[in-house]
Amino acid sequence: MSATLVLIAVMAVLYASGVYLLLERSMTRVLIGFLLVGNATNILILVMAGRRGLAPFYEEGIPAEDYADPLPQALILTAIVITFGVSAFLMALIYRSWRIANADRVQDDLADVAVRSGGASGEEPSVPDEDTEFAERTRVGLLQEADNRRDLETAIDDSADDDDDREFRRGRTRGTDS
Amino acid sequence: MTALLPLVVIVPLIGAAVALVAARRPRLQVLASIVALAVVVVLSALLFVHVDAAGGQAVEVGGWPAPFGIVLVLDRLSALMLLISSIVLLAVLVFSVGQGMADGDTETPVSIYNPTYLILAAGVFNAFIAGDLFNLYVGFEILLVASYVLLTLSGTEERIRAGVTYIVVSLVSSLLFLAAIAMIYGATGTVNIAQMSERLRELPAEVQLILHIMLLVAFGIKAAIFPLSFWLPDSYPTAPAPVTAVFAGLLTKVGVYAILRTETALFPGDELSIPLLVIAGLTLLVGILGAVAQADIKRLLSFTLVSHIGYMIFGIALNTVAGMTATIYYVAHHIVAQTTLFLASGLIERQGGSASINRVGGLLKASPVLGVLFFLPAMNLGGIPPFSGFIGKTAVFLAGADVGTPLVWVVIAVGAVTSLLTLYALARVWNMAFWRGKEEVKDYSSPLLDHVEERPGGTATVTRSRTLPSLMTWATGGMVVVSIALTVFAGPLYAFSSRAGESLRGGDGYVETVFPDGTP
Repeated sequence: MSATLVLIAVMAVLYASGVYLLLERSMTRVLIGFLLVGNATNILILVMAGRRGLAPFYEEGIPAEDYADPLPQALILTAIVITFGVSAFLMALIYRSWRIANADRVQDDLADVAVRSGGASGEEPSVPDEDTEFAERTRVGLLQEADNRRDLETAIDDSADDDDDREFRRGRTRGTDS
Repeated sequence: MTALLPLVVIVPLIGAAVALVAARRPRLQVLASIVALAVVVVLSALLFVHVDAAGGQAVEVGGWPAPFGIVLVLDRLSALMLLISSIVLLAVLVFSVGQGMADGDTETPVSIYNPTYLILAAGVFNAFIAGDLFNLYVGFEILLVASYVLLTLSGTEERIRAGVTYIVVSLVSSLLFLAAIAMIYGATGTVNIAQMSERLRELPAEVQLILHIMLLVAFGIKAAIFPLSFWLPDSYPTAPAPVTAVFAGLLTKVGVYAILRTETALFPGDELSIPLLVIAGLTLLVGILGAVAQADIKRLLSFTLVSHIGYMIFGIALNTVAGMTATIYYVAHHIVAQTTLFLASGLIERQGGSASINRVGGLLKASPVLGVLFFLPAMNLGGIPPFSGFIGKTAVFLAGADVGTPLVWVVIAVGAVTSLLTLYALARVWNMAFWRGKEEVKDYSSPLLDHVEERPGGTATVTRSRTLPSLMTWATGGMVVVSIALTVFAGPLYAFSSRAGESLRGGDGYVETVFPDGTP
């Protein structure tokens, strides 16, 4: 089996940057990381297909060894479709997370926060500001975010309702006019 | 007869399509979903009987001969998994229909829930009959994508958070699995499991070891074995009760099934037996210690789920026919018992208004039926005779005693301790939620509750208690009956498992099933 050095190098770079991004806290970066690692894996399948060859359409007189292996290409196609579907879902999830928390960060698990701060906590883990690296996720930060979220949702609702609202108001003004 | 085999995947998919089209007609949708799964139950029962009489069967999809086309394989192990999982899926569907009828569509919105649930079922069935490593990957992806949707259903903040952990971890394991398939294809030039089984043996030992470990890590994340199990107790408890029940019962077992296939058909040698034994012991111990510290019943059950995966890994690691037999029986028992307990905990949350043992009480008086529905599967999971849990654990321990190395004895001891701690954790739930009077709950203190952790910021709030709809009670009751049937018919079932374990040995049975006239 022979393989192209360029493909292997591309694969290595994609894997490295993909894994780096997957470990990020921002969910958009996680998504990009997933796409990179997915493509790196597709290239891995391609590399495993072996040497280059003719397009695998059967023609008489051409010996079997001259064709490229068609199976990995079919596998890659399937993998691409699956990656596509999953990334669409991830984007919806990121959007939802942004709508809810006004942030696309991976949220802290409160249980983990409690463990990190070492308290045998009840239902409200109190995390001292200086103990957490994510100061904005402390209680003040949470309140702040809840505020932001409310503002944002009002803004979104307003913009969605705008047309109806205007229509309604116009109707009412007209009503008083007549 | 075997021509019926592809139907177990096709019928749920058609059911999902009908359910999706009928999104505005809930009754039709529910009917289509239930009919689809009921058909699969009948089909798997027929195939189960047929395979036991006639031995393993292979179906070449589209008529393409085996190493070139996709092949579906049904041996005794697959048949048993199909039968148990289809029964469980049907019961949980009925449970969620009951919940939907009682609550309106808030928890399980029928228009999304039912089609996704059926697709999940199709993915699970596909994984059990795949005779092709890539087809197994596709089965995994189908069930995982469906599970992402089910886990983040209705998109509340907590579920999104839990969902992100679950989804990113699953994605990594899928990509690892795909990379392993690519490497195996590079090394052997095939994705057909039977052909691979022959060709892998000719590879140098170190290449085999790398491929073996890659597959085990990918499947280990799905099966939630110890160092790779951290995501499970974080993500499962936040989902609606029926979703958690079916995830707990089936999804991890698909991972265990894949490990079982890897260890028998692909790498029948015992080069990884010792690491697997150590991992089994750690899974048992770490999981159950987590369970003992939980106040939230769903979280507690999630930890026992992780812990009991250790028994199955133990049986597999022994690498003997007795070990495989015990594992197969234990998987069947565990799917049923764990699902029933999660359904019962859903009922407890409804009746008591909370799933925390710090908050609920007086349930035995409020609903004696619920008491029975929780008590029987709890004793079953704890391994009290004569239930199937006792039979399964005894079988695993006996298989271990046959091997009898010092390390195996250590793991047996760990297993026995785990069993007792499971019983302790579940008996405490029983004491607090059922035996304690409702009026005692306030200011209750007991040494039993000293080291118990509430889920931080979670559902410690008490909602008003709601009545138990009869459909939900009946669905849970049905599962209890199935678990008792596993006990009553333990003899025939164990004999069946033993035939299944026998045919797994060395992977030869599998190869013969796919290539009756010798490998090409």
